[in-house]
Amino acid sequence: MNKYEAVIGLEVHVELDTDAKIFCPSSTVFGARHNAQVCPVCLGLPGTLPVLNRKVVEYGIRVALALDCSLARFSKFDRKNYFYPDLPKNYQISQFDLPLAYEGRLDYETDDGARHRCGVVRVHMEEDAGKLIHRAGAANAPPYSLVDYNRTGVPLLEIVSAPDIRSAEEARAYLNELKTVIQYTGVSDCKMEEGSLRCDANVSVRPRGEEILGTKAEIKNLNSFRAVQRALEYEIDRQIGRLEAGQRIVQETRSWDEEKAVTVSMRSKEEAHDYRYFPEPDLVPLVISPSWVEDVRRALPELPQTKRERYLKEFRLPPHDIRVLTASPGLARYFEEGVRLFPEPKAVANWVLGDLSRLLNAAQVKIEDCRVRPADLCDLLRLIGDGTVSGKIAKAVLEEMFTSGKEARTVIAEKGLVQITDAGALKEVVDEVIAGHPDTVQDYRNGKTRALGFLVGQVMKSTGGRANPSLVNDLLKERLG
Amino acid sequence: MEGGGFKPVRFYDLTAHRLRELLLRREISAVELCRSVLNRIDEVEGRVKAYITLDREGALRQAAAVDRQLQNGRELPPLAGIPFAIKDNMCLRGLPATCSSRILRNWVPPYDATVVEKLKDQQAVILGKTNLDEFAMGSSTEHSAFFTTRNPWDPKRVPGGSSGGSAAAVAAGTAVCALGSDTGGSIRQPASFCGVVGMKPTYGLVSRYGLVAFASSLDQVGPLTRDVTDCALVLNAICGHDHRDSTSVPKEVPDFTSFLVDDVKGMRIGLPREYFPPGLDDGVRRVVMEAVSVLETLGAHVEETSLPHTGYALPVYYLIAPAEASSNLARYDGVRYGYRAPGSEDVLEMFRASRSRGFGAEVKRRIMLGTYALSAGYYDAYYLKALKVRTLIRRDFDEAFEKFDALLSPTAPETAFAIGAKTEDPIRMYLSDIFTLAANLAGLPGVSVPAGLVAGLPIGVQFIGKPFAEGTLLRMGFAFEQSTGHHRHRPPDTPGGDGS
Repeated sequence: MNKYEAVIGLEVHVELDTDAKIFCPSSTVFGARHNAQVCPVCLGLPGTLPVLNRKVVEYGIRVALALDCSLARFSKFDRKNYFYPDLPKNYQISQFDLPLAYEGRLDYETDDGARHRCGVVRVHMEEDAGKLIHRAGAANAPPYSLVDYNRTGVPLLEIVSAPDIRSAEEARAYLNELKTVIQYTGVSDCKMEEGSLRCDANVSVRPRGEEILGTKAEIKNLNSFRAVQRALEYEIDRQIGRLEAGQRIVQETRSWDEEKAVTVSMRSKEEAHDYRYFPEPDLVPLVISPSWVEDVRRALPELPQTKRERYLKEFRLPPHDIRVLTASPGLARYFEEGVRLFPEPKAVANWVLGDLSRLLNAAQVKIEDCRVRPADLCDLLRLIGDGTVSGKIAKAVLEEMFTSGKEARTVIAEKGLVQITDAGALKEVVDEVIAGHPDTVQDYRNGKTRALGFLVGQVMKSTGGRANPSLVNDLLKERLG
Repeated sequence: MEGGGFKPVRFYDLTAHRLRELLLRREISAVELCRSVLNRIDEVEGRVKAYITLDREGALRQAAAVDRQLQNGRELPPLAGIPFAIKDNMCLRGLPATCSSRILRNWVPPYDATVVEKLKDQQAVILGKTNLDEFAMGSSTEHSAFFTTRNPWDPKRVPGGSSGGSAAAVAAGTAVCALGSDTGGSIRQPASFCGVVGMKPTYGLVSRYGLVAFASSLDQVGPLTRDVTDCALVLNAICGHDHRDSTSVPKEVPDFTSFLVDDVKGMRIGLPREYFPPGLDDGVRRVVMEAVSVLETLGAHVEETSLPHTGYALPVYYLIAPAEASSNLARYDGVRYGYRAPGSEDVLEMFRASRSRGFGAEVKRRIMLGTYALSAGYYDAYYLKALKVRTLIRRDFDEAFEKFDALLSPTAPETAFAIGAKTEDPIRMYLSDIFTLAANLAGLPGVSVPAGLVAGLPIGVQFIGKPFAEGTLLRMGFAFEQSTGHHRHRPPDTPGGDGS
């Protein structure tokens, strides 16, 4: 295995979250009734013409800047010609030789903490196609297909990486970081399961130390980050296996079969489409002024890498906490709001990454929709701080806040969860526990200090967890002398 | 009006501006005018066959609406009540837009083209949709999938094309004005053949939204009318920036009627020698040279000049136009609308069968030419090279226009040819546009104005102008027409006409 090195480049398509489609005013909202979000233009009816949505360009510039790309001063659209029933004009308006942006880079980290840099060859805009829905026919009738054109003309950004990726794991880490960066720019939710982020992978292998690239295969039908990684692992093994067996690699397009966990040949290079690209005569060339780019740059939010560096400097959090907190803009926003209201970063981070994340994951709720707002969480943290509730009780309080949407104080009052810090009130319980566990008491007196912990636990149990643990500790020690 | 032994006025044969006077003076109602044209259609349409679709009720309804406005003393837009014909490659909501193709035979657009919307704003009376060569590819209407339109001057001859239906309707009195489209001469050449005025505006002056595309970088909509004044009125109505067409130019437009002054003194006109080749038809040459004399007499300076790359215009056109067409016509696949061949087993077979049977021979020829020109390995040698030569052709004109206000040439190399004369020989058919297609490649305005008869058939002269210099062309055309009266010639069965 180590004799060989994989060379991987990724082509990522991201659906841009504009209100209108790229060349017409139809809506882009996901999940509408079939063929409800169409108009003569995106249906490609005879006589209609595309008109570029400037918002798409603005979003494209945002991503390009976030990926450190150079912006083209002069860009244009081209027609990519091929026949497919989900493509109403039988050509796709895309960008060929003068893309929106080029020569960028993305820095990312793999799980082992190693830093990598991947070049971005180009970023270009294009229109999405519709969706085919295949149906089995009724009894004796042949199967048939329907077309939903709602997605037709939804704006896409294609981001083509340089062949700088060297393993399936790196590919996955690159995608993760790319997704995070794009989410930060606010132009897409990047949901692979809804198709708002899609990925094709080009992969070849070569003997380690060899400069010349091996013959590549393009892998399609990758529907999750996990699929990308698995398909690449499979494909790298397959290609190495062929080389080891003295066989040639054929340039081809292969499809990932998730169920069988294999890639299968779709078409060879000879069968590849000739797209007959030519300049789109219905659109005028796009001139992007430096002042437009600067306006977009100024409005760009803090990007993940900058944020991570700031968290390290400002909050002194462990690297793992920083990575998780910054993985999505929503979580980072939540955390920062929390720290603003309760300036103990580590405590806020612990609660956000621990109990709150556990509750969110279990309930499949996004942080943006969480009923416990940062202010509510900080109230709870303050109540822990002033001894009103113990940390342990607070976990239960948070859970109740999460499900009911009530404030911390309300939950604590309703359930009578206020911590007992009155020694007088606790003495009785302490005495009962001592009386009830003579053996343990004896053990403690014989020098087994760990026995004390058991007795504390018993007091806590009897008070429903509400006793102040350190007070209980002191009281027991005092009693047992 | 009909009594007293006077010759009855043929309202259908008057110009729009004359009819407007009559409408405003209440000497005729819009409904009477509409009926006059509909009667004329009943009389001659069987012979001329200009229309694919007629909308009698729609036309009469609109005419009645105009009359109500007139009765209420409302001010009306200049083309209110004027009967119009629309070439059948423009969308009018609710009426079929066939493009004279089997593949779109039953397609009814759910929207109006911008130019149609503008005519509706004018309260023009739209009579119906006229015949053309399939998808505007041709010079005679013989490539229509349905029938060939006859030249009103001689039913054995073609009306020219591809806007042959529109030109024939205006000449035959079955429409007062018409819209055509011009990709390589498709307004000007039929205007010349039918003895009417036809203008292709500067690329970008008129919106293409709703014009079914043939070659997007060349197509323009323009007027076919009985005189230059009507041409200016129609141009006024249809021009202007349209946010739905990115190639329409955001530019203030003048009132084109303000250029209709009978004076060309001191104007400089160039005669590009490449447009007068040694083999040019004698009659055509004579007519154009007579036009030159007229203009000189009127005080214009006419001088020979050269457009050295003229010889490349035809090959360049037949690379660029088919290349764009091959892509524009890809959408006709039987999936969403239009003709779908029955009995296919899978979608590729359905595409193939629908397109094989849905398109005619000329359209298929051009799709193949264009597909080839754009193919990997040929793109640079053909399409890209053609784009470069197109720039050279444009530069020729730029240089000429440093010296001249306009260029003058024959519109077509001949008068209307006989039906069937060229259908077997595509190249000869293509040569019919030899003098017109350079203006499309360069994006320039061109107008064909009637210049007399040769052997009983009309022939036009073409003025080509600088970008957005339609006003200059209208002024020259107007002065020419005022001094010659050639626009008053009417086909043999319609003696009289304007003012006589």
